[in-house]
Amino acid sequence: MKQILVLGGGTGGTLVANLLAKKLKDEAEITLISASPRHLYQPGWLYVPFGWQDPRALSRSLRSLLRRGIRLEVARVAGLDPANNTVALEDGRKLGYDYLVVATGSRVTPEDVPGLAEGAHHFYTEEAAWRLHTALAEFTGGKIVVGVGGLPHKCPVAPLEFTFLLDEYLSRRGIRDKTDITYTYPIDRVFTIQSVADLAAPLLAERGVRTETFFNLESVDPQKKIAYSLEGTELPYDLLVMIPPHRGAKFLENSPIADAQGWVKTDRGTLQVPGFPNVYALGDTTDLPISKAGSTAHFEAPVIAERIAAAIQGREPDARHATYHGKVTCFLESGYDKASILAFDYDTPPKPPAPSWLYHYEKMAFNKAYWYLVPTGVI
Amino acid sequence: MIQPLTIAKEIDARGSFCPGPLMELIRTVRSAAVGDVIAVLSSDPGSIKDIPAWVAKANHELVALEDVGGEVKRFIVRKTH
Repeated sequence: MKQILVLGGGTGGTLVANLLAKKLKDEAEITLISASPRHLYQPGWLYVPFGWQDPRALSRSLRSLLRRGIRLEVARVAGLDPANNTVALEDGRKLGYDYLVVATGSRVTPEDVPGLAEGAHHFYTEEAAWRLHTALAEFTGGKIVVGVGGLPHKCPVAPLEFTFLLDEYLSRRGIRDKTDITYTYPIDRVFTIQSVADLAAPLLAERGVRTETFFNLESVDPQKKIAYSLEGTELPYDLLVMIPPHRGAKFLENSPIADAQGWVKTDRGTLQVPGFPNVYALGDTTDLPISKAGSTAHFEAPVIAERIAAAIQGREPDARHATYHGKVTCFLESGYDKASILAFDYDTPPKPPAPSWLYHYEKMAFNKAYWYLVPTGVI
Repeated sequence: MIQPLTIAKEIDARGSFCPGPLMELIRTVRSAAVGDVIAVLSSDPGSIKDIPAWVAKANHELVALEDVGGEVKRFIVRKTH
């Protein structure tokens, strides 16, 4: 029987495994390897620093989200040998495969920027979000600098969302007038997509948030409490919130299928790894120049599941799911219970509507319904 | 004699709205070695203004700007420091 190995138990890996199990039933053996027995809902970490979300509600048993026929191995991958179709685990075992799906996601690497780990907070891990919650609860006023501390980073809109929610949080606590907020961004506007920047810039101005564009973080001096940019700007701070740069999984750095930062080389349409047609990658794992976000993995997974199922069943892939067209959808929280929504693909730029309660409550509902809808492949 | 350029890395950012061609270029420049030449393909009309502006601001060098066809442009940038 054909062996399918899925590496990673996040949105992409869990969904691909479930879709494959549904399509193939007894026609293949599916094994999912995950470093953690838990499946994390990372978008919820945005609310943790403000005390608006208990992070313990943002994870569930990975086993409980997988269809019964899928074998789950909680283990860490040590390396890949795609020429010989094997994966080595840290516990010394070697697993063979006919098809491999790499969905090991991204990790934050604050150590890539001098002083960042010591000097700055972020909310891109559960632990960091808890720590920022403490720091914010103890904050009584001063200078807060929020920004993008390195590229690439997942969930591109999150720094903007965090800034809007921070303004609301400080206002509710009655210390907004004692706080200067500065938002930094690497390019010459407040967000990479022009239409989103046009929507966000007036909102930031309205709320008294200072913006510092063309700011690519070079280093942080945690003693002097200053953030320095590549472009020569110095920003003093009392509390620094900087999204660290990300890399792919450690075992992928310089592997035969990835670049030096561990991003897996991936075809933008088929999601295959060039040179290894039985190896696929999705989600944050890839080197594709598209959003690193759960939504990306969500829309990529059906393509991989269909292509592998078709290959095993000796048929052509169904044209509706044979190619990934770059589809991504994400919400943009703008504070005070309002949000906008961005939807786009390779051919269609997003046209975000004005923030409204509708999208905020849709996002809130999605955050709760995620467990029932996404990893299981219901939507 | 003009030496042919060796492109260390080419980024196909056509159809990339988010994070977009310039953000991809910045991340690639930051992880490249000094002297490396990087090419980025962009179909975003905004790149024509954005990319040269960042390259100038960050003191790198825009070696060439080529028309590839349709709205697609190819920006070639050398990391200078």
